[in-house]
Amino acid sequence: MSKKKKQQNENSKYSVYKKKNDKAYDTWGTAKKLAKRLKPFRLKLVIVAIAAIVSTAMSILGPRYLGDIIDAIDVQVQNKLAGNTFEFLDVARILAKAVAVYAITSVMMYIQHYTMAGVAQRLVYKLRDDVNRKLSLLPLRYYDSTTTGEVLSRAVSDLDNINKSLQNNLTQIITSVITVIGVLAMMLSLNLTMTAVSVAVVPASALIALLIAGRSKRWFRQQWDRNGELNGHIEEMYTGHNIIKIFSMEKNAINEFDDINNELFKVSYKAQFLSGIIMPFISFVNNIGYVIICILGGLFVINNSLSLGGITTFITYSKLFSQPFVDLAQIANNLQSTLASAERVFNLLDEEPETSDKDNEVLKNPEGVIRFEHVDFSYTEDKPLMNDLNLRVNPGQLVAIVGPTGAGKTTIVNLLMRFYDVKGGKITLDGKDIRTLTRDSLRSAYGMILQDIWLFKGTIRENIAYGRLDATDEEIIAAAKMARAHHFISTLSDGYDTVLDENGTNISQGQRQLITIARAVLANPSILILDEATSSVDTRTEMQIQYAMADLMKNRTCFVIAHRLSTIRKADTILVIDNGEIVEAGNHQELLAKKGFYYQLYNS
Amino acid sequence: MFKVLKYLKPYSAQTAAAMFFMVLNNVTTLVLPLMLTNITNGVKEGDIGYIMQTGMQMLAVSFAGIITSIIGSYFTARAAMGFGATLRREIFTKVESLSPGDINEVGIPSLITRSTNDVKHIQDMIVNGIRMIIATPVLLIGGAILAVFKNPQLSTVILAAIPVIALIVFLVARKVIPMFDEMEKRTDRLNQVIREKISGIRVIRAFSRTEYEDEKFDEASSRLTALALKINRIVALLIPIGVSILFVMAISLVWLSTMQINRLDAVTQAETIATAVGDLQAFILYLVVILVALVMAATMFIMVPYGTISANRILEVLSIEPTVKESENPIVPDENIKGTLEFKDVYFGYPGAENPVLSGLSFKIEKGETVAIIGSTGSGKSTLINLIPRFFDVTSGEILIDGVNVKDIPLDTLNGKIGFVPQKAVLFSGTVADNLKFGKHDATPEEIEKALEISQSTEFVNALPNKAYEMISQGGNTLSGGQKQRLAIARALIKNAEFFIFDDSFSAVDLKTDAALRQSLRENLSQATVILVAQRIGTIQHCDKIIVLEDGKIVGIGKHKELLESCSVYREIADSQYSVIESGGEQVE
Repeated sequence: MSKKKKQQNENSKYSVYKKKNDKAYDTWGTAKKLAKRLKPFRLKLVIVAIAAIVSTAMSILGPRYLGDIIDAIDVQVQNKLAGNTFEFLDVARILAKAVAVYAITSVMMYIQHYTMAGVAQRLVYKLRDDVNRKLSLLPLRYYDSTTTGEVLSRAVSDLDNINKSLQNNLTQIITSVITVIGVLAMMLSLNLTMTAVSVAVVPASALIALLIAGRSKRWFRQQWDRNGELNGHIEEMYTGHNIIKIFSMEKNAINEFDDINNELFKVSYKAQFLSGIIMPFISFVNNIGYVIICILGGLFVINNSLSLGGITTFITYSKLFSQPFVDLAQIANNLQSTLASAERVFNLLDEEPETSDKDNEVLKNPEGVIRFEHVDFSYTEDKPLMNDLNLRVNPGQLVAIVGPTGAGKTTIVNLLMRFYDVKGGKITLDGKDIRTLTRDSLRSAYGMILQDIWLFKGTIRENIAYGRLDATDEEIIAAAKMARAHHFISTLSDGYDTVLDENGTNISQGQRQLITIARAVLANPSILILDEATSSVDTRTEMQIQYAMADLMKNRTCFVIAHRLSTIRKADTILVIDNGEIVEAGNHQELLAKKGFYYQLYNS
Repeated sequence: MFKVLKYLKPYSAQTAAAMFFMVLNNVTTLVLPLMLTNITNGVKEGDIGYIMQTGMQMLAVSFAGIITSIIGSYFTARAAMGFGATLRREIFTKVESLSPGDINEVGIPSLITRSTNDVKHIQDMIVNGIRMIIATPVLLIGGAILAVFKNPQLSTVILAAIPVIALIVFLVARKVIPMFDEMEKRTDRLNQVIREKISGIRVIRAFSRTEYEDEKFDEASSRLTALALKINRIVALLIPIGVSILFVMAISLVWLSTMQINRLDAVTQAETIATAVGDLQAFILYLVVILVALVMAATMFIMVPYGTISANRILEVLSIEPTVKESENPIVPDENIKGTLEFKDVYFGYPGAENPVLSGLSFKIEKGETVAIIGSTGSGKSTLINLIPRFFDVTSGEILIDGVNVKDIPLDTLNGKIGFVPQKAVLFSGTVADNLKFGKHDATPEEIEKALEISQSTEFVNALPNKAYEMISQGGNTLSGGQKQRLAIARALIKNAEFFIFDDSFSAVDLKTDAALRQSLRENLSQATVILVAQRIGTIQHCDKIIVLEDGKIVGIGKHKELLESCSVYREIADSQYSVIESGGEQVE
């Protein structure tokens, strides 16, 4: 296939691998919100700040004392050479000062990091908890309009990013700034000319870093693209492994892999090389500065404007001086992406939650009389889906909902369970407006078997018991037997203790569906909703399930969204839905006799 | 971890070169402070010429530093990236050699991560490793040696400190590395809980299990926070410990140095006394070098455990023995008896399972027959047909194609005999024609057209802007399910195989097309042996043979009419569908 076409495709195809936007839109607002989150920790943050300032200041004083010690020894050495005694106390006095300074530095550094670790972890824990709570409160509308990946990246990667940044960058900003100022002051107090050299080194190395980074950008871009292409190929070949095998295409797959892999190698080693030489260049510039300082220092000592210890002190300072700039550049980068992450998290936290239902009535032992009274509903303002819908369902009735795809069949489920609220009219259960009931008690009245199967990582036993948390093993097995899942479960190596993996690759779709059925059986609800429940189970199993469910359905209200006429034909009421509207209602015979939409659908 | 490094072998020259230049580079780092003492001594003499000369020498050393560093970087980049490419290729080739059964053991998403992210982790580790693993010991040992030469007595401080530092590093590593492992697990768990919460939001709310999920979340979240805090605080402890050690060393140096000077005789050892200050300066600068080395060592701590986790995950893949292997004494079946298939007392079970999935299957299919397999979900239909192209191997018994055990037929020959259409139609990115050419690499446009025609795809393919040369994206997401299935059928048809296996491959095709498709397959595949897994009795009534499976056993073989008489399971299936068959179709949509 042509390379050009392939590259065009990449934009959409490998969008996952593209870098996400790493800039916050409202930098200041987000920073403020983050600051507000830090408020409860202000006492600790003050401790951190004090510890950081003290430890930095002390560590700046350190080299000064070392220089003083060297000078003191030098004085004593001259003394001794002149035939006098070596005055040890002079040295010891300064030494004691140095010990004190370093001891304080160590302790302060520990306090600083220990406290900050606590702040960062607790803040992120709290933030994560808030995100989780928010996720529980958000209306279904949010989930339906946002992709799983998007929500996930906020709840996971963005929080992770904030965590790392808080841990390291916050204190580093303090120490870096103080180091620059403190060291600069110290250097100035020692020697003006040498300080000028030290200061000049900083923009020089920044310039070189920028130049090289600019050059390597092209290779990084290409590395990114090739990497996306390679990941795409790997994903595609692994997913289609069966097909690759049966058509003996392994060699082709490997050849294409090699092509992309070799391309990737070529660009990535260049990118790696260029980014790898930034540091050597910077340290070369720093070394030139170092040499100049050494020479200058020597000359200044000779003409007596600098002490011998002053050289050592100054060199140590000049080394301390350049590092914070490298750090700060890095931090500026990190902070930008941290704020972008924080903004995404705050956006999530600012989403409108579902209305509170704390004071609502708790529904108990519902009979299952359901009425839709003049219900209006739409997902978006401009596209009304339901107009003046009226419907009455009595306990024990079977309601089949049929209609073409996208006709709005799941909408009825969304409304029954109050995943969405009606726009007009009302829905009642046992005569009570469902908006006056707590959501939990309302939903507990329903047992639902959904089209897309959801099981969590855990044993089969745990997954079935999700229907009723206090179920005994016997009840679980009985439910599995009723759902005809017991046989296949016992063919698995670990039986009911088999851990279902997240992607469900260890059992088939049909088998997963049987487990969801067992789960619903165990829940023993008043009203059943089967949403194309048996679409990946063959008719024979479906029939067996229907037999099993016939008991369960007795005295229960049932809504079935099905493709199968065998199911529909048994229904007391069939709702034929087109464009969100109930176009016809009645039982099978009545509707056929009507020769309307149902009749057409049936004979298509 | 080290096992992975064997893939660095093709790059051993580059790695050696990289290490060599890195060592040279580190030597320059060590020499610079040494030269400073010359300046200090020059200062004492008041010799400006000597100072300048030394300065020039230092510049030369710096220059050597950058040159060696650039060359070292070049070789590091080549070695590390080459290593990454090789390792990726190893994994990919390994995965391609595995059977679908083997792959399911690990899981496709996990295999993808292992082939991409995990390789990248190790690659990054090599880049930093070459720099730091070399730098740390060279700086430490080199610094120590130079120190001994300079002043044996003062050097005892450095020599004594090295084992102390090493011990602390070792102790912390032993404590922290398993914690990193655990941290990874706890992070995974938290991510998983969140992922499940998002994907299962309807079920969670339908069952009113928000609280249950919140508890799960909170447990995962607290466990992660607690551990992260613990690790961070241990790491926080490292900083003051490191700083303290350094300053204890600095102070000891000063102490020793003064003691040393004090003992010397002012007249006879005047020269030694004069250089003592310079020595002390150099030693203090060495301490700074050692500090840098220590910081590097600390960084390695964080990298190595991450790398080890990735390495283990990769090694796990590389060590999988393919369960389906090419026979050592392959037999190519006789050309003259094409198209018979026989199962002889075949059993299949997953290792360690209580019940086998298939037990005691025996049947024979003659050339040109069309055979249907029917049974309930989990009865073993898909497993049965997956045994034929050896996606899995039988546990006991044998499967014979043209009289030869499939295990003895060379895999390429075996695959060449079978046209397989899976339950889920998988298409690859490329044009429609590219996808069909999977079946026959040198297929002519006429052959492609023919295959599209038989599979009832001509109409919709011709409606595409570029017809058969239209690009389809990965997974074929721009096409409908029915269209994908038809292209998957066309891809198998073009192969001109002896056997065609359809695993419920018409499920997404609409009823009208379904009938036309079956008709056209009957006409065009009359010479081939056809095995199809079916759900609906209506579509298999005219098959030469129907095999009825129940709980992994054959409960009936025969024609439709015979089975209605003799097989109760078959009759039950038929009853459940009968009225529907009468009314001419059953899917509403």
